[in-house]
Amino acid sequence: MSAPTLEVRNLCTHFFTRAGVVKAVDDVSFTVDRGKVLGLVGESGSGKTVTGFSIMGLVDAPGRIVSGSILFQGKDLATLSEEEMRHLRGNRIAMIFQDPMMTLNPVLRIDTQMIETVLAHEKVSEDEARQRSRDALGMVGIPSPDERLKSYPHQFSGGMRQRVAIAIALLHRPELIVADEPTTALDVTIQGQILAEVQKLCATTGTAMIWITHDLSVVAGLADDIAVMYAGKVVEYGDVGEVLDKPLHPYTHGLIGSVPSRNKRGEPLRQIPGMTPSLLNLPEGCAFRARCPRAQADCVQRPELREWLPARLARCHHPHREEAAAA
Amino acid sequence: MSVYLLRRLIQAVGVVLAMSLIVFIGVFAIGDPVEILISPDADQMERERAIKALGLDLPLWQQYAIFLGKALQGDLGRSFVFNEPALTLILQRMPATLELAFAATFGAILIGLPLGLYAGLRPNSVGSKAIMAGSILGFSLPTFWVGLMLIMVFAVQLGWLPSTGRGETVTILGMRWSFLTADGISHLIMPALNLALFKISLVIRLTRAGVRETMLMDYVKFARAKGLSPFRVTFVHVFKNILIPVVTVTGLEFGSTIAFSVVTESIFAWPGMGKLIIDSINVLDRPVIVAYLMIVVLMFITINLIVDLTYSVLDPRVRLEGK
Amino acid sequence: MSAVVGTPPVAPAKDPAKDKVETPFQRFVSEFAESKLALFGLAVFTVIALVAILAPWISPQNPYDLAVLDIMDGRLEPGSRNGDDTMTFWLGTDDQGRDMLSGIMYGLRISLTVGAGSAFIACMVGASLGLLAAYAGGKTDSAIMRVVDLQLSFPSILVALMILAFLGKSITNVVIAIVVVEWAYYARTVRGTALVERRREYIEAAECLALPKRRILFGHLLPNCLPPLIVIGTMQVARAIALEATLSFLGLGVPITEPSLGLLIANGYEYMLSGKYWISFYPGIALLVTIVSINLVGDQLRDVLNPRLKK
Repeated sequence: MSAPTLEVRNLCTHFFTRAGVVKAVDDVSFTVDRGKVLGLVGESGSGKTVTGFSIMGLVDAPGRIVSGSILFQGKDLATLSEEEMRHLRGNRIAMIFQDPMMTLNPVLRIDTQMIETVLAHEKVSEDEARQRSRDALGMVGIPSPDERLKSYPHQFSGGMRQRVAIAIALLHRPELIVADEPTTALDVTIQGQILAEVQKLCATTGTAMIWITHDLSVVAGLADDIAVMYAGKVVEYGDVGEVLDKPLHPYTHGLIGSVPSRNKRGEPLRQIPGMTPSLLNLPEGCAFRARCPRAQADCVQRPELREWLPARLARCHHPHREEAAAA
Repeated sequence: MSVYLLRRLIQAVGVVLAMSLIVFIGVFAIGDPVEILISPDADQMERERAIKALGLDLPLWQQYAIFLGKALQGDLGRSFVFNEPALTLILQRMPATLELAFAATFGAILIGLPLGLYAGLRPNSVGSKAIMAGSILGFSLPTFWVGLMLIMVFAVQLGWLPSTGRGETVTILGMRWSFLTADGISHLIMPALNLALFKISLVIRLTRAGVRETMLMDYVKFARAKGLSPFRVTFVHVFKNILIPVVTVTGLEFGSTIAFSVVTESIFAWPGMGKLIIDSINVLDRPVIVAYLMIVVLMFITINLIVDLTYSVLDPRVRLEGK
Repeated sequence: MSAVVGTPPVAPAKDPAKDKVETPFQRFVSEFAESKLALFGLAVFTVIALVAILAPWISPQNPYDLAVLDIMDGRLEPGSRNGDDTMTFWLGTDDQGRDMLSGIMYGLRISLTVGAGSAFIACMVGASLGLLAAYAGGKTDSAIMRVVDLQLSFPSILVALMILAFLGKSITNVVIAIVVVEWAYYARTVRGTALVERRREYIEAAECLALPKRRILFGHLLPNCLPPLIVIGTMQVARAIALEATLSFLGLGVPITEPSLGLLIANGYEYMLSGKYWISFYPGIALLVTIVSINLVGDQLRDVLNPRLKK
């Protein structure tokens, strides 16, 4: 077995603000293999987007990667210079953003924005770059790509724009795509179409993908593995089916419980009491303990990510171990 | 597009009419028209003849119609002082003012854009803070005082630049221009800089605000995520977005540059129409005043129109609306 | 269904530090004091205002009293003594032997009076019309705002020149010109705020009580439009002073017998070329310090009072 496409080890990305240090990403580790999809799940502010930006090398001041390594095909991205990183970005690692209305530059035509991406990484003629752009648009299901190339972003619908963004991400057939909630801003039907296409692309090209989302149902249908983030840390990590069926961490448990679904109709929805803690000057110990129904005195000790069951990790002193093992 | 153009044209004509009415009322109803339009040296007989000839015995609306009719034919009265058509006087001096205003506008963009860009890209550096402090001064300082200080430093103390006049000029298309001779340029530098001061501050602030706002946009991050060089991100993705407000505002400001050249021309004895209007107000040469006001208003409206059209060319989102 | 992940309806915990009773005014003062620069500006402006008010009592000389002037003392350098060796001209003298320091103190008086006075009148006119536009709506609103838009599209100097060209030059006409230039800013600001405020419940409540319209406008609506009005008012005082100085410099403003700072600067202009810089330079500095100090205060007021900028 070859090395995984991406291996993130103990990544810490902190923001040094005037009010204090914000530990947006704190000791995050996961692995993504070739052709696999990792679902990175969490509430807003849990650090999943910053994790994505850390991989891309796009963390802006006052934030920076403090420690840890990001091994992309064995090479540590955290040690690369900005210039070396730039040659990987958009080329071998691509990113798709959350809001398709905002990711395309409103004053530049689609062809400009696509061709510049091709030319940024390969010395080809402009005609060839245009040809490649057109093919990429066709690949993501945009009709009459020739005409569409000459349009401006505002002439597209949200779903179409996201397809263009995906087409741009695919231009260089990257080994890794970081997708930051790319379907959240879209209608459900378009969301479904795009999910299906992305899944197909990953399977055929062997591209590894990190799919960042807060939507468990998207992860359930798309991802192979899942990493649940809470307050900057991965609290649970494992195979998507197993985690969703038999969550170890009380937080994952709560998350799944608060998704409305058919077989729970009539029952009141469970919710997680309390609010996400501020990441500013987070106290030691388990960040979830104030909201946790299973919290005990020892939760003021910092829990480590531990393998409770084979290939099932959780950062908790008192996981739902018995239920998970029993089932 | 043509519907949009037509609508804008009709609006512009409306504003010109409104302004002509205001100027007309200002001169004919508020001020004493006899005093305004007839030379103070005239005797009683001449006065009555002139009142008749000028139609001042007619009702006001008829007078306005006549005023408008003459104005449309380019007749805005004769100067008492120069005894020449007021319009001719203004037009003779217009090239000098335009030259000064253009030099100031280009200077403002040439100086303001790079400084604003720097201040926006490095908001916390010492240089940026100095630039921003300077721009606050540029807003606060009265133009005329800065002009005097420029003269004091560069003309009197250092003796580098001449303090007054246009210097050597070259005649092209029947108009004299300073910027084509070395001597002319040395005369142009200080007045242009003085006039540009406010606009430099404005361009710096707009550019900086624009850069800072645009840098936070997802599309800039996406451009970086595509692996574009920092140069291309800054000068294509960011720059093209901030160019729109900067061009719009500098364009709109061109009119006020012409208006404010009144002050600069007075300080540097620049023989433009601004100096003419101050002299005319001082000696109550009101036909010239009327002509000046009408011309400047007309220029203003034309500039606004041109800026709007340029804006729609630059910003594809606006362009579509007009279609 | 309100079961969005992780946002249960729990009231935010109260910060114990904020529980101390603090009146809005106290909070305003402490927020204003956060900027040392603004405090400095305020201090400088206070000194300037005091100098202007107290000029007749503290100035070394009465610059309007021709009897005390000696033409032989004309154009003396700063620090020179007068002919009788009874006083020192710390900032020199002008061409008529007038002590520049005294001239500046009296000039400040006139500049500040004209500036603040006309800004105040403009504020009254503009705020009333802005309120009226917001409250009446419909045709009144669009008529007033048309005029505002038209006027704001022309630069202040042009509008002022137009007024002075129509009315002739005099101090009253300068005030009128400044009012005409500035009222539109107040009108636009007040209308903008009032449009938001008038939809609030307290206005509806006042209307339900059938209070007189005048009372609703000035007693209820206006006080709630004050914060932006104060900000704009501060800035406009500085602009009014600058505009008055500019007009006076151009010879269209105050009479030569009682010169404001602008006219003092203009008087010294011809001597500047021969190196006698002080006649223009020091009044210029006084003008500059006044305007900058007001703007510093205004900048901070805007930051403190503008709710949009507050996090």
